Amino acid sequence: MENKITSKQMLGELLEKHYKSAIEAKANGKMVAWATSICPQELLETMDIDVVYPENHAAAIGARKCAPEFIEQSEGKGYSSDICSYARVNMGYADIQFSEAENIPMPDLLFCCSNICNTVIKWYENLAKNLGIPLIMFDMPFNHTYEVPEYSVKYMRSQIEYAIKKLEEITGKKFDFDNFAEVMKLSNETCEWWKKATDLAVNIPSPLKGFDMFNYMALIVCMRGKKEGKELYKLWYEELKEKSEKGIGPFRDQEEKYRVMWDGIACWPNLSVTYKTLKKYGINMVTSTYPESWNVRYETNDLDGMARAYSSNYANRNLEYDVQNVSKLVRDFKLDGIIYHSNRSCKLMDFRQYEVQRRVEEETGVPSVIFDGDQTDPRIFSEAQYETRIQALVEMMENNKKAGRDK
Amino acid sequence: MYLGIDIGSSSSKAALINENKELVATDLINMGTGTKGPDETISNVLRLAKISRENIAFTVATGYGRVTFSGADSQITEISCHAKGVSFMMKGVRTIIDIGGQDAKVIKVGNDGKVKNFVMNEKCAAGTGRFLEVMARVLGCKIDELSDLADKSTTDISISSVCTVFAESEVISRLASGAAIEDVARGAHLSIAKRIVGMCSRVGYEPVIAMTGGVALNSNIVKVLSNELESSVITAPHTQAAGAIGAALFAYEKGI
Repeated sequence: MENKITSKQMLGELLEKHYKSAIEAKANGKMVAWATSICPQELLETMDIDVVYPENHAAAIGARKCAPEFIEQSEGKGYSSDICSYARVNMGYADIQFSEAENIPMPDLLFCCSNICNTVIKWYENLAKNLGIPLIMFDMPFNHTYEVPEYSVKYMRSQIEYAIKKLEEITGKKFDFDNFAEVMKLSNETCEWWKKATDLAVNIPSPLKGFDMFNYMALIVCMRGKKEGKELYKLWYEELKEKSEKGIGPFRDQEEKYRVMWDGIACWPNLSVTYKTLKKYGINMVTSTYPESWNVRYETNDLDGMARAYSSNYANRNLEYDVQNVSKLVRDFKLDGIIYHSNRSCKLMDFRQYEVQRRVEEETGVPSVIFDGDQTDPRIFSEAQYETRIQALVEMMENNKKAGRDK
Repeated sequence: MYLGIDIGSSSSKAALINENKELVATDLINMGTGTKGPDETISNVLRLAKISRENIAFTVATGYGRVTFSGADSQITEISCHAKGVSFMMKGVRTIIDIGGQDAKVIKVGNDGKVKNFVMNEKCAAGTGRFLEVMARVLGCKIDELSDLADKSTTDISISSVCTVFAESEVISRLASGAAIEDVARGAHLSIAKRIVGMCSRVGYEPVIAMTGGVALNSNIVKVLSNELESSVITAPHTQAAGAIGAALFAYEKGI
């Protein structure tokens, strides 16, 4: 009998392969790039440059509770504790160059797209200067209008074209547009399966445990342009679909009592306690802004479409978009509540969080709580404060449910 | 009888409600979670009501120490308990400001006494009772003397530091440069009030505004807060026991 591999096993194997092959590539003299999580990786993939993602690597280090060493290294050098902890972990790693959690090869090239935040600009400029290596920067202006304006699309497109020329210069190789078309097609397919899989959480009960999404997310960042990535998310989708058709919920030993959204990045060093506290009260985190973040979709060979897709990331969109986006998630996923992670690291996300919370509450009437934490710096999170807020959310959600039942 | 116990970071409070849903007794001990405070306050409240532990039909614990306290049948957050307790004692309250030892919260309440929304302080002592303790120490007075002191203030002084440690040094340097301690005391109150006003605005406060927690005993703060909010703030009866009373009411609902 054929032993079918599960998506969870596949995820583990592919992650291992991702890190291992990058280290081997570097050892064999192949060019390695460090890139931001939602950048036009299609260009690097086309040029057969090996890519690793410092944000993912920092998250992996954080989840394995190894972040303090690198944070202390960065802060010891003079970087402020107010700087994003992914940046502090990565800049510390660039010095120490070894972690028991996970290792990445040092880069020959930096590839940075500011559609996700502004800190990445200075972070990558810093790396480029310290390491003396080229930096390709995609300046992605914030969209103050609801839709991405055409001039932004043009600006981004011209930067993609410029990056292609720069990559030809840096590698001494010609850019292969046929291969580019293939990578574009594949990247879109991977995103499609990622979105389809995570969208299955609209079902009640949700077959998907949101904290699993945090784990599966690693490869939508790292293998978006590879066929293994597409296969993984297709398999994950099939498994979840089967679960859903059988009416199987997220937890083996209890029912899904409340469905919530998690706004913001996970608290990687506190992943287990943040998950278990929710589970204790029967809460399943069914969605977040992540499913849409990596739904980077456009027609093959449509450079304008590609430019628009990269500019469209929610972090780069205006307040009204954010409010409508979250409100839509509340309706589509039939949410009972929202948990906002006030992430000390992420000034961009925190900047408008209170106002988004207020407007979404006005729009949907769904209760929510904000808790303090950090994506990788374990010093910010307090377990007792987290639990009090979660429990208070449960009490508000229960009041609503009761009011609904009494009607 | 129904028992509510509110185990805070610096004090423990207990309240008893009888079968007719009447408040029978309350007690407070200035020792919080991890001490013998919770057991003592329960003994006190039982003594006051002249009953023993066996007469308690149901116990609800709340407050920071609720999770680790083993003597309760159920635990409910201090947010819901304050809303419950205050709505029981006062009619028409829509906003509750609770300032305790280590946290400050503003709760928006519906007609039914249920929590509609709430905001809590960030992981920081600014705007909490702990801030006042530090200020009292620097000013060389007892915490319950701060209010009378601040009432005598004639000149506005603002303490701009949000951080308690920074505010402490700021106050020391103000005193060193000749500021009157009455004015500094009022400045410290104003600093807390401004912090709370920000939280009130976030939650979307509406009158009637009630205040609970130990800090509500400081009448000058209540006055300063009313000024800053341009709306009257009323100190709730049994202000420190409001959470425990709410817990006892939940115990009554669950146990009956």
